[in-house]
Order: sequence, then C-alpha cells, then structure tokens
Amino acid sequence: MSVKFTKDHEWVAVEGDIATIGISAFAAEQLGDVVYVELPAVGKNFNQGDAMAVVESVKAASDVYAPVSGEIVEVNDALVDAPQIVNECGIGPEGWFVKMKLSDQSQLDALMDLAAYKIFVES
Amino acid sequence: MENTTSGAKGLLQKTELLFEYGRLDVSGVDVAPIANPQVRLGNMKRQQNPQLPGLTEPEAVRHYVRLSQRNYAIDLGMFPLGSCTMKHNPRLNEAMARLAGFADIHPLQPQSTVQGALELMHELSFWLTTLTGMQAVALSPKAGAHGEQCGMLAIRAALDANGQQHRRRVLVPKSAHGTNPATAAQCGFSVDEIGQTANGRVDFADFYAKLGDDVAAVMITNPNTCGLFEPQIKEIADAIHAAGGYFYCDGANFNAIVGKVKIAELGVDAMHINLHKTFSTPHGGGGPGSGPTVLSAALAPFAPVPLVVKTANGFELVENASGEAEQAFGRMVAFHGQMGMYVRALAYMLSHGSDGLKQVAEDAVLNANYILASLKDVMSPAFEGYCMHEALFDDSFLEGTGVTTLDFAKAMIDEGFHPMTMYFPLVVHGAMLIEPTETESKNTLDGFIASMRALAVAAKSNDISKFDHAPHLAPSKRLDEVMAARKPVLKYV
Amino acid sequence: MRYLPLSDENRQSMLGTIGAKSVDDFFTDIPIFARLNAPIAELPGHKTELEVSRHLSAMAAKNVAAGTVPFFCGAGAYRHHVPASVDHIIQRSEFLTTYTPYQPEIAQGTLQTLFEFQTQVARLLDCEVANASMYDGSTACAEAVVMAARVTKRNKIIISGGVHPHYAAAAQVLAQNIGLEIVMLDAAIDDEKAVIAHLASDIACVVISCPNVFGTISDLSDISRAAQAQGALVVGVFTEVTAFGLIQPLGAMGCDIVVGEGQSIGNALNFGGPYVGLFATREKYMRQMPGRLAGETVDLDGNRGFVLTLSTREQHIRREKATSNICTNSGLCALAFTVHLSLLGQKGLGQVAAKCHEMAVEVAQALESIDGVTVLTEAFFNEIAVSLPKPAAQAVDELAAKGVLGGVPYSRLDPNCSAQMQNVLLVAATETNTKADIEALATALKEVL
Repeated sequence: MSVKFTKDHEWVAVEGDIATIGISAFAAEQLGDVVYVELPAVGKNFNQGDAMAVVESVKAASDVYAPVSGEIVEVNDALVDAPQIVNECGIGPEGWFVKMKLSDQSQLDALMDLAAYKIFVES
Repeated sequence: MENTTSGAKGLLQKTELLFEYGRLDVSGVDVAPIANPQVRLGNMKRQQNPQLPGLTEPEAVRHYVRLSQRNYAIDLGMFPLGSCTMKHNPRLNEAMARLAGFADIHPLQPQSTVQGALELMHELSFWLTTLTGMQAVALSPKAGAHGEQCGMLAIRAALDANGQQHRRRVLVPKSAHGTNPATAAQCGFSVDEIGQTANGRVDFADFYAKLGDDVAAVMITNPNTCGLFEPQIKEIADAIHAAGGYFYCDGANFNAIVGKVKIAELGVDAMHINLHKTFSTPHGGGGPGSGPTVLSAALAPFAPVPLVVKTANGFELVENASGEAEQAFGRMVAFHGQMGMYVRALAYMLSHGSDGLKQVAEDAVLNANYILASLKDVMSPAFEGYCMHEALFDDSFLEGTGVTTLDFAKAMIDEGFHPMTMYFPLVVHGAMLIEPTETESKNTLDGFIASMRALAVAAKSNDISKFDHAPHLAPSKRLDEVMAARKPVLKYV
Repeated sequence: MRYLPLSDENRQSMLGTIGAKSVDDFFTDIPIFARLNAPIAELPGHKTELEVSRHLSAMAAKNVAAGTVPFFCGAGAYRHHVPASVDHIIQRSEFLTTYTPYQPEIAQGTLQTLFEFQTQVARLLDCEVANASMYDGSTACAEAVVMAARVTKRNKIIISGGVHPHYAAAAQVLAQNIGLEIVMLDAAIDDEKAVIAHLASDIACVVISCPNVFGTISDLSDISRAAQAQGALVVGVFTEVTAFGLIQPLGAMGCDIVVGEGQSIGNALNFGGPYVGLFATREKYMRQMPGRLAGETVDLDGNRGFVLTLSTREQHIRREKATSNICTNSGLCALAFTVHLSLLGQKGLGQVAAKCHEMAVEVAQALESIDGVTVLTEAFFNEIAVSLPKPAAQAVDELAAKGVLGGVPYSRLDPNCSAQMQNVLLVAATETNTKADIEALATALKEVL
C-alpha cells in the first residue's frame, strides 16, 4: 500500500480501488488542537480538488480537499466525537477521515510520495 | 495563602451562577396585584414554567457588581486594542441619551411628536456628511459590519440599476478585517484577494491585474489595518471607477483622520463610520454599536430607508421606498437605527467641535508614533516609517526566546494593561497592533512603554517567568479554549 | 479640551522623542488635495459641557415622552418599567467601558453574564441553545432566514402575513442578494396557518409569528409539524418577549429557530434602538448559528470560567465563508436584559405579563364599547388590532393633538396595505398603563371618530 500526499496536506493510501484519506501530521500540527471535524455523507461524489470535509481548531478552520475524484464509501465517525485523534495519529489506522472509491487511478500519479512531500513542507 | 473557606480572595468575591442560588419563587420586582381576572389568551397559556430563578434587589446588585470586578475596562486603565479605538467614554453622553425626550420616545409615534429626535438625526447627518464631504448618509446600520453591508448593497443596487448585473466580484486585500470578505459574500458577491507590498500597503500592481469587467467594487480600509495610510488611494479609486466598479472604504480607522482628511476627495463611494470607535459611544462589552454609512452622489439615491429630510413644515422621516426614496435598496432594520448612539455621538461631536476633532486625530496619531518610537529599539516594528493611529509590531524580536505573541500579551495583563490586538492583521507574523487613542496622557503612555520595554528585555534575556502560564495576577488563569470548543456547554444545565 | 490629556508641552516633548518636527510629518501619505489644514468652517467649534447639555436638552424637550401622556404604542417596541438598579449596573465602568471579551482572564464579568443571558433566553423561549445576542429582532429574523437556507440547502422562503413588515423587509434585503426567493403572504390578523398551503419540498423555511404583528396568539404546532414533514425549518418570530411569561413559547410549539426582540426586558424605547436581538435554535444547528457564543470551561487551576467559543463560524476566522458578518452585537443591552430578568425571575415575569394582559383586556373592553370600533384580535397577549371607521393614521394624528399616543396605524408599517387594513390601529398595553390612561384613550377616540 502506497501513501501519497497533496500540496494541501492531505494523505491518500490506496488499496485496490479504495483510497483512505486523512490530513498530514504537518497539517495537524499547524492547526493546533483539533476541536471539530465535519465529514461528508457516504455516497457523495467529489471531483479532485473539491472541498469535502472541514477540520477546525480554536482559531482556524480548514477545508479538506478531495485528493482524487470518487465516491465516499465510508467516513470515520470516531473523529466527530473525539477530534483529538487527528492530532494524536495523523497518518495511522485511527486518524483517517474518509474512504473513497476511486474513479480515476491515474490521478494518483501526480501526487507526491513521502520524500517529495517532506521536501515540499520544508521549502 | 491559596484558598479561603468562602472562596473569596479579599476584595475579589466568589461568583456563583445566578442559577445556582437564585430561587424560582423569588422576585426582586414588586408588581401591583391583578384587579380584572378576565383573560383572552385562548388556549395559549404557558404550560411549563421557564425555570428562571429570581434574586431580590440587594442580591442582584451584589451579583452583578461582583461580576463587574472581573472585567478590565477603559475607566480602569489603558486598553490599546488595535483597530478597536478604545477611547474614553464621556459621561455627559450617557446623561444626554437618558433624557426622557430621547430615551422614552417610541419609534412609531406620530412624527409631529418627535420633531426634536428627527432634528437630532438631521444634525448628526450634517456632521457626518460635512466631516467626510460626502453626499448623503444612511444612519440606520447598527454596527460597523452592518454599515459595510449597507454600502455594498447600495453598490449592488447601483450596478443593477445601470444594467451591470454581471459585476459580482469584489476585491479585498489580504490584510482586511474579516468582516469585509464576510460582508461581500453576504451581499452575494464573490471575493478575490489582493496582495500587499513589503511596506504594508495594497499591492497596486496586483489590484490592477485583478480589475475586469466583472468587478463590482474594491473594499479598502484606510488607514489600513497595519495602521498606515494608503498613499495610492486616489489612484485605486480612479482605477476602479475607470473599470466600472465602486470604491468601498472601511472607515473603522476614521479616528486617525477625522478633521484632517476630506474623504470625498479620495474618490470614496461608500464608507461606514463606527460611532462606537471614532465618536466615543461605549463598547459595552461588545455593543451596541452604530455604523452610519456615508455615500457618494452616485450611490446616494440607493440609500436604505428610513431617511430624515428637512421640509418647510419641519423634519420628516421617509420610511418607505417611494418619493424621495424611490430607488432605496430597501430597509435593513426595524425602525430607524441606534438613536441612543446618535445622541451620544452628537454630544461628543458638539463637545469637541470642528477644532477639537482635528486635535483628536492629531493626538491619536502622535500617541501611536510616540509608542512606536519608544519601543522600536527593543521590539520589531512591522514596517518602517511613521504610523497613523496604531503602531504595528511583528514577533521577530521574540525569535528564539520561546515567548510567543500570546504569552507577551498575557504578561501585559499582569502589568495592568489590556493586551493589544494580537495575530491581526494576518499578513504580519505574530502581529501586535497597539492603538493608544488620543485620550491617554503622556504619563500613562510612559508607564505603558516602561512595562513593554521591561517585558521585551525579559523575553530577550530568557527570563520567561513573566510569560510562562501568564497571567498570574488576573482574576482567572488561562482558560481552556480547546475544551470549550470540543464539548460546547452554552448554557447552565 | 476636557477629553484630551496632552498639553502643548507634552506634544512638543513627544515630537522630540520621535524626531519629528510637527504632527503634520505623520500625515504626509495623504494626498495634498484631500488634506484639511484648518478646522472645517461649516461646523461649530468646541462647546462646554453645559452648552452641549443645553443644546441637546432643547431638542429632547421638543419630543413628547411616552411617560408624560396616555401611551399605547407597540408594534415591535414596548414601554415597560425597568427597575432603577438595572441602569445602575449597566452604567458601571467595568461593563460600560469594556470590549468584546477577547481576553477571558480579564473579562469573566462579561463572559459569565453572557452565559447567564444565553441560559435565560434558551429557557424563556424553550429552545436548546441561544447565542449572545444580535443587533435587534429584525436583523435576527433576517439572519435566521439565511441560516435556514444554509441548513436545508434550499432557497425558497415563505413569510406569513402576520410577521412584522419591517422584519420581513430586513429579511428580504439580506436574502434577495444571495439567490433566495421570498414569498410574502398577504397581511392577515390571525392567519399564520395560511403558510401551510404554500408548503412544498423546495421550501427552506416558513417564517411565522406569535404574538404576531396584530397581537394574535395561536398554537403553531401544526404548522411546525407540517413544515418539518416537508424538510423545511420553522422560524418563529416575536416582537414582545414579555409574552412568554404568560403564553406558550415558540420553542415549545416546535419552531427550529426562534428569533425576536428582547427590548421589553431591561431596555428603554430609545426611539427604536439600541435594542437586543434574541436568537435560539436546536443544538444540532449550533454550528450554523450567527453571532457570538459564550461557553463554559476551566482555567489552569481547574476553576470554572467562560470563553467565547465556536469562533470558527465567525468572520474573523472564516472570512467569506462565515455564517454571518456580524462582529459587534448588542452586549450592553443583553446585560440589561439579564439583570432585569434576574430581578424578575419567572415569578416576577409572570406577574408583569399578567398585568400587561390585564391592561390589554381593559383596553379591548373599553374600545369595543365604542360605536364603529371592532376589536379584530381574538386571542392576544398585550396588543390588539382594532378596526376604526376611518383611516387609522388620521385617527392617530388627531389623538396626538389631544395629547394621547393611541397606538400605531398598521399602514405606517405597510403603506401599500389594503383599504381595510388602512383602518386598522394597533394598540398595545403594558404594566405601565393605568385605568385613567385607558379612559383617556377611549374618550379621545370617541371624539375623533
């Protein structure tokens, strides 16, 4: 399973045609203590780049953009009750936001791998 | 000594919530008994008591006086909150607003019975239009953001009247107060950000590049949120006009230029004036405010109702969009706006007079520059040169100290000052925006400067005891805002 | 000048510290053609406190104060007795001269009173959450309509003919520019139910009122159920908050958003402002609310305290995506509301409300005994609509000439109303009215008809 990153600091892990999506540890740290997460409805379709979720700290609110196009098949309801999970485990089994059924695998090619993302963040 | 049996700390008394000791069967108000038992309520009698406890008068007075003692206030000390213009609130204004002839009149009494009130509104309008040189003023907006809405709706109405319905994009600088983009969006416009130059001004090239035949307006705060006057303001106005759009000027910082600048000469089409900033009506812990909006000749016909006009028979309130107000874009509020604030503001204007208001701007700007000059060697001014009515610093002087802008602000509380505005404008890292206003004496400013210098020196010499977990001496320690937001408790249960 | 502490000597010394020659050095960015180099000649020079007081008192004296005559005006603003201690509290420096509580460590006074205010408003209106106030009832109504459209993602709004026309106008101005369509139903004394006929699956909300602008009180539960069955929200509006000391609150009738005017508790007539808008809703819509919210938390020592919370809804963070552009609200008027309601408690509020109703019943009885006058409002709290045999605007002017402020002609709010409505007079009574006032009204009205 490969993990890719976007310039908007989302991560995508793909298994088959299902992409698991969250925000990077860097993004979570920049936001500070996450206090609220708003997730999309299962079954909703998004195009790459659409705002699909919201993540908030006390002093900031950020949209989470769809890194790829597809349909939401599952959302992580645990984040709604315990948004601190986002800070505690950005990339990890618990910190994911949504699972999406990919409609265009080729969109993944343009995303960054971990090494490229690290360089992007440091610049 | 840490704790007392009572929970008080000397003069600082314990403050329970009203709901914890008020009683459902107690009232602090005596009401005459009912003589006529008839009712005509149909089936609408309230079925469940609202569970509202009462307090007798001595208890209620004590409850709220105790709470008041946990508040900082201008009457207590300097409140240098940038962009908020926390100046002294003269008590004459309070007395005038409470005259029965102003406070005890109904907004819908026959106009013949409120001629003095209409005269007051007319006189206030004269002051506002004369001070700015603008054509007309809409008095009814209830606060600054509401005034922005008034101006932007007038712009929209003017565009629509001229067949320019395709103009729906509004240019707003990155440094703008959040109300500007929020207002533009609330009036149905899309928002396009324009950048800022290294010297804290609107990036004219970026502005120029973003003009187009879909642009409705540009919204610019002047003096801007960095406390600087936009020297290219007239060029910006000319360019937006040439492109077919309008110029909205956010007048939040009018205190810096009142009596010094004729706004109309800058090409402004609409500008709100916060009576609760420049004209000293009290902030009251977050309002009420008042945001009359002055309009150019191009926008004046679209001003919302009501309007006050002087006729041969006295003053008339035009309440409906007909006759003189035929092109009015509508009505923003019930009734006629913030009369109580009009009285206070006019009392203030009359007190200062034309000469005094000019001195207000000069002293406000002098005080800010005195602070800037006195702190620039130990703190880091965000921009070079003089400022207008507020001094802006960034947090580069704290680099490597481990002290943040927030820590610095909280340490100021222990020094007896209200913190400055922090982290605004967004375009300056760790911004500290200090607005002293003209009502601070040199003696107070010198004390403030001494405290700020001492804090800056302490931070730089790694003495973080004043910052760590500050404030230490305030009625409350730092509060957990994360907990409040994660599990919101918005009422007593 | 009494408000300016700097002396000329101070100014010179400060300029020296700065290294500037004159204060004009600071104003050089201003284009020369826009500078004012001398005080504006058209405006007068400064005045003493005594002179200002004289000038403004003379203006005030030209107005007929409500307390000096038999007085029956309502229609969205009501004259109640406010205990002297309320004004004493709100004039305390620490409340009057402080800012929005951005620094909670030194603003617990404001924050706790806002928390008490939110609790009182929620309980009084029987709603789950309330915000820390809006500008007034009309703007609260406008914001509620926009919020309903945001929640439902629909764009059609039905406003009943019983909603105060100024409230409908304020909603119209805000809604029309963001693509919302407003359907205004014809003015009707007691026909809130007319909205039912317009319900459909594309309706964002219905706006209904109780008491309505004609004073009618009616059970809106059926309308709420019918609207919600179509996925629409119900915005319940009121202009006289004292009513809920006696009658069913809008929250109990199933309204999703309850908004209205809080002026009656704690605040004077003030010729229309400043007032205090109340805004309450269901907890599930909390994050869609406009305006400030105070929330409970703890400080580092574990002591209870309060902060402004859920700020990410607001303009200073969300900018163009904010739920509203509101910044300053009606803080001090909200404090007056809270202090007054703390003094009243449910006991006092119930008694005041009962007294208001008693006086209104007395007015109805006095007026319906006059030939040609019909009381149109069947069930009411403290305001009634009466039909006169002539235009109400004319009657009101004639009453005023006799020293009686006898009410508000409906046509003042809605000049294009039907011929029938032109004859409708809105008459309100409160605990401040006396039997003698009511006799004076009835006598004068007989004379002018």
